[in-house]
Amino acid sequence: MTTPRTMFDKIWDQHVVTRREGEALLYVDRNYVHEGSFHAFFALAKEGRKVRKPRQTFATADHYVPTRGREQGLAGITDPEIRGMVELLEHNARENEILHLGIDEPRQGIVHVIGPELGLTQPGLTITCGDSHTSTHGAFGALAFGIGASQLKQILATQCIWQKKPKTLHVVVDGALGKGVGGKDVILAVIAKIGTAGATGHTIEFAGSAIRSLSMEGRLTVCNMAIEAGARAGMVAPDDTTYAYLEGREFAPKGADWDRALAWWRTLPGDEGAAFDREVRIDGAALEPTLTWGTSPEEALPVSASIPAPSDFTAAEQRAHAETALAYMGLKPGTKLTDVRVDAAFIGTCTNGRIEDLRAAAAILKGRKVVVPAWVSPGSSQIKRQAEAEGLDRIFTEAGFEWRASGCSSCAAMNGDIVPAGKRCASTSNRNFEGRQGKGARTHLMSPAMVAAAAVTGRITDVRTLL
Amino acid sequence: MQPFTTLTAIAAPLDVANVDTDKIIPARLLRKLRTPPDGYAPYLFHDVRRDADGRERETFVLNRPEYQNAGILVADVNFGCGSSREGAVYAMLDSGIRSVIAASFGDIHYANEIQNGMLPVILPEETCRELREQLHAKPGATLTIDLAAQTVSDTNGKQHRFQIDAVYKERLLKGLDEVGMVLQHLPEIEAFEKKHHGEHGWLA
Repeated sequence: MTTPRTMFDKIWDQHVVTRREGEALLYVDRNYVHEGSFHAFFALAKEGRKVRKPRQTFATADHYVPTRGREQGLAGITDPEIRGMVELLEHNARENEILHLGIDEPRQGIVHVIGPELGLTQPGLTITCGDSHTSTHGAFGALAFGIGASQLKQILATQCIWQKKPKTLHVVVDGALGKGVGGKDVILAVIAKIGTAGATGHTIEFAGSAIRSLSMEGRLTVCNMAIEAGARAGMVAPDDTTYAYLEGREFAPKGADWDRALAWWRTLPGDEGAAFDREVRIDGAALEPTLTWGTSPEEALPVSASIPAPSDFTAAEQRAHAETALAYMGLKPGTKLTDVRVDAAFIGTCTNGRIEDLRAAAAILKGRKVVVPAWVSPGSSQIKRQAEAEGLDRIFTEAGFEWRASGCSSCAAMNGDIVPAGKRCASTSNRNFEGRQGKGARTHLMSPAMVAAAAVTGRITDVRTLL
Repeated sequence: MQPFTTLTAIAAPLDVANVDTDKIIPARLLRKLRTPPDGYAPYLFHDVRRDADGRERETFVLNRPEYQNAGILVADVNFGCGSSREGAVYAMLDSGIRSVIAASFGDIHYANEIQNGMLPVILPEETCRELREQLHAKPGATLTIDLAAQTVSDTNGKQHRFQIDAVYKERLLKGLDEVGMVLQHLPEIEAFEKKHHGEHGWLA
């Protein structure tokens, strides 16, 4: 009898080319690149090398593209450094014969949004990208992980990467999620429980009835932020939700290939009784809408809670961090979260810029008006067009949101979409680090519906009161 | 890649847990080219290091005169968490830092340090704290790291042994080129591809 294996073990084993002491040489099925990949291409060219498998690498411009004035294409970028980054990707893609979905391409979008959207991301694959949020693609039952520039160079040159096998962490979320509670709330609750280093050295496999009940969009949000718990990768076993999402997408297998793929994908979920190195259980039914109050994704609380005091933490480094975080965020211990006023609202990013996210926000905004500056940047140009076809753009604009073009926008604020210093932003992004949305900007991470609720009331608001 | 064997250098204590790579180099500075001679050195800990007017804060450890030539950082837990940006490693390397001692590291950042000939040293949390206390007591003191022996000698001459995977150790000691090491396996890669794409033709 063979030992029961986890999904991670199965996918790992199917991609090992060879082994050396402590490491395996893994074959990479899909490699995604964006503007920030220029160091890797530069080093590759310097060594006189070319991309070995150009058809397995895909490029898109997302981190630096402007979200306003997009109809002007490259000409709309006034900052020469930013423009140079977008041009450099185009150049590197052309030199290496890589499919490039640039600023003028109708399929352009955030790399972690368009991978699934185009059907490039599929179950059973190994996927890499020079971006930590590559863990997103694990929502399809793929092994997807972020890499640095040197490792990216290695993959471009060889289509392989040396990897030490991570440990496995089983995160089981059971129970029916309440109204107004979704993927973002689940993952923030998980990170709050295990900490930002809680899954370091591990791959997380998310399971349980609450995870199974999530749409692909919800699962993508959960896996997207697995990295914020320190995980190498996050994964959800593929099922009918996965297959229904993929069928008919541009790069998904077709005809007889689809049937062969499906037969393979059905073998991927972990075997009954497979052993994990660790397990964490969360009661999904008990979860409330959840958001961050501090400057680390682990500093998250249910919306009914109050701002903690440093003395509430037992670990010395958490206490010290809380003190700095409260000062940076301009918050007083004991304040109810729902009494905290916000100055801005932002919906978008690889975490929550998908069509379902926009629909959830629009459902709250319909017939209401925002009281703070607010903007939405769809996760891809296709999502933007789809939202417009559904009339969501009108709901957003009538509520007072700016309807912008797709890109990473003010998640990392690399394109210039910054939140001014000292201003407090309700944001659907994934990181609330100091300075992340701009120098001195204060970020509260929450779901798209919660951001919409904050935008119309001007303070952190339990979205369930507006449903 | 420059080999890493032994290093005796001024060590700077960084009393902060969970130092994320956004902090090591802010995102907006990543659009800069890494041009000689300074490369990314001017951007290391940019926003922590400078106030709103761009003046260096005296309170930040690397701004103190004793640490101008620091080659080692002694941090706390979860150093280099967050974004995969290798620019964080470039900013340290270009500033002359060749090793970070911490109780744990972000996975991608750990790999990025190794890839660039930097040595990430993992020591227990108490040892990191003890080292930082020693360094605060003797500003500008040096530590010695011996990779072959896997030891850090503190300011009292006491040695602390650390663990590192044999494969990373060898790569650092020899300064080996990873791409070359992968391409040695080209026949196996091609054989793998033939089989893998034979079974999953739509992926080729």
